Amino acid sequence: MTTAITTATTTTPQPHRDRPLERARWVVADTWVVARRHLLRLVRRPDELLGTLLVPVMAVVMFGFVFGDALGIAMGVPSADYREFLLPGLFALTMAFGIGTTTIAVASDVRGGVLDRMQTLPMAPVAVLAGRVLADVLTAVVELGLLMGLGSLVGWQWHGGAGAVAGAVGLLLLLRLMFSSVGILLGLLVSGPEAAMKYFALVFPLALVADTVVPTALMPAWLSGIAAWNPLSITVTSTRELFGNPTATPTSWVVEHASALAAGLPILLTSLCVALALLRFRRSVR
Amino acid sequence: MTGHAILAEGLRKHYRGRGPVLDGLDLAVPAGTVHGLLGPNGAGKTTTVRILTTLLRPDGGRATVAGRDVTTDRAGVRARIGVVGQYAAVDDVLTGRQNLDMYARLHHLRARAARQRASELLELFGLTAAADRSVGHYSGGMRRRLDLAVSMVRSPHVLFLDEPTTGLDPRSRIAVWDAVRDLARAGTTVLLTTQYLEEADRLCDRITVVDGGRVAAAGSPAELKDRAGATHLDDVFLDLTGRPTLTGALR
Ligand SMILES: Nc1ncnc2c1ncn2[C@@H]1O[C@H](COP(=O)(O)OP(=O)(O)OP(=O)(O)O)[C@@H](O)[C@H]1O
Ligand SMILES: [Mg+2]
Repeated sequence: MTTAITTATTTTPQPHRDRPLERARWVVADTWVVARRHLLRLVRRPDELLGTLLVPVMAVVMFGFVFGDALGIAMGVPSADYREFLLPGLFALTMAFGIGTTTIAVASDVRGGVLDRMQTLPMAPVAVLAGRVLADVLTAVVELGLLMGLGSLVGWQWHGGAGAVAGAVGLLLLLRLMFSSVGILLGLLVSGPEAAMKYFALVFPLALVADTVVPTALMPAWLSGIAAWNPLSITVTSTRELFGNPTATPTSWVVEHASALAAGLPILLTSLCVALALLRFRRSVR
Repeated sequence: MTGHAILAEGLRKHYRGRGPVLDGLDLAVPAGTVHGLLGPNGAGKTTTVRILTTLLRPDGGRATVAGRDVTTDRAGVRARIGVVGQYAAVDDVLTGRQNLDMYARLHHLRARAARQRASELLELFGLTAAADRSVGHYSGGMRRRLDLAVSMVRSPHVLFLDEPTTGLDPRSRIAVWDAVRDLARAGTTVLLTTQYLEEADRLCDRITVVDGGRVAAAGSPAELKDRAGATHLDDVFLDLTGRPTLTGALR
C-alpha cells in the first residue's frame, strides 16, 4: 500500500527555456490532454451533444416545413428551394449556439476550482484555453456531420466539388473557433455559470439578424444593413456559394469580399479573444 | 534538500475595500516536516496558501517554496508542489480514474505510466471499487480523497492541503493522516490548514497559529501547550485568539 508514496519527491519535468520547439511540443501535448478531458465528458454524457443539436433540428422542422411555404413564397421560390437555402444558415447558427456550451463550461470550471488547480500545474496557460477550443472544434465536426445527414433527408445537398465542400466546412469550423474563443473570454468574465446561462439569450439576435433563416432581402433596410456585417452572414453567404446552394443576398461590398472576410474575420476575432482571455487568465493571479 | 521548504517574510495582502487580510505574516517550514496552519475563520489561512501556491500575488513581503520565489519563478514552484484547495476541484462528469489519468498526463507522465499511477493512487485511497464511476456520484469524503490523490500524482517537494479532512468520517481522516505521514517520511514537506486541533496535535511537527493575518504563536504542539500551561491545544487556541473553536465548544 505504501509503495505509491514512498518514492522520493520529484520535480515535474519542464521544457527547456531556450528550446522553442520543445516548448511547443509540450504545449501541444498539454492541449491534447485538456481537449481529451472535454471529449471524454461528451462521450460520458452524449445527451449533451444531442441537446445542442435540438435547436437546429427544431429549426429545420419549424422553418423548413411549418413556415417554409410562406418564406418560400416571400422569396418567390418553392419551399424545397427555401430548405436548400436554409440549411447552410442552420449550420452556421449551430456553430454560433455552441458559444453557450463553451461559456457555461468555462464558468463552471472557474467556479469549481478546476482552473485554479490547473494554474498550479507546471503547464502552459495557453494549453488550458487551446484544449477547450480544440475540443469545441472537434465536436463541431461531429455536429456538422449529423446535421448534413439530416439535411440530406429533407432534400438539401451540395452541388460543388469536394474542394469546395471542404472549403465550406472549413469556414464553418472557423466560425466555431471564433465563437469558442469568445465563449472562453466570456466564461472567464461572468460571475458564474448561472449568469452565463442568462446571457445566452443574446445569441438569438446575433444568430437571426443575419443571413441565416430569413433572407436579408425580406428585412427592412436598416436591419439588413446590420445583418450584412454580421460575421454569421458572411460565413453563410460563402458556404452557400461553395455548397452551390441558392443565395438571396443583395450584392454589396461585404458580399463581394465574402470569402476573404469569412476566413479573415474569424481569425482576427479569435486572435483578439485568445489574447484577452490569456490576459484575464494570467490576471486572475493577483 | 536541506533548510527551509517554505520561507515567507512579512506577507501582506489586502482586498479592495477592506482592511488587511495578511498583515506581515512570517512562516518558516523546515524541509521534510509537517506544518499546521491554525486559525479562526477568516484568519487568512487560505489566502496564505493561495500566495504560496502562486495563485495570488502578495502586496508585500516575499516567499520561497522549495527554494523558488513564488512571484518571480512561478513555473519553478509549480513543478515542485501539489495543491489541494479548500473545495474539491475534480471533474464531476469524469470517473475517478479518468481524473487521475488526466492530471498524471498534465504532470507529463507517459500514457502507460499515467494509467499505472492512477491505479496505484486509487488503491492507496480506497477508491478502487469506485474508480470507474462518475465523480458526481461520489460521497463528499470520496471526492476529498480523490482530490488528495490528484495532488500526489507526483510525490511533490511541498504539498499544500487546505482543510484536507473537513467533512471526512474518522476512517477516511485516518487514511488521509497516514498518507500525509507516508509522504513526509519520503521527504515531502506538508503545509496543512485545519480547524481540528486534534489533527494538528497528532499530525504536525510544528504549528503556526494565525489570527487577523498575523502570527499569534508558533512552535511544536507540546511547546504551545507548555507555554499556555494547557493540556489541550483547544485551550491554547482559545487563549490566543479569544474565540471558541467548534471542537472546543462541543467538549
Ligand atoms: N477574493 C476576495 N475578495 C475579498 N475578500 C476576500 C477574498 N478572499 C478572501 N477574502 C477575505 O479575506 C479574509 C481571509 O480569508 P481566508 O479565506 O484566507 O480565511 P481562512 O483563514 O482560510 O478562513 P476559513 O477558516 O473560513 O477557511 C476573510 O475575511 C475573507 O472574507
Ligand atoms: Mg480557508
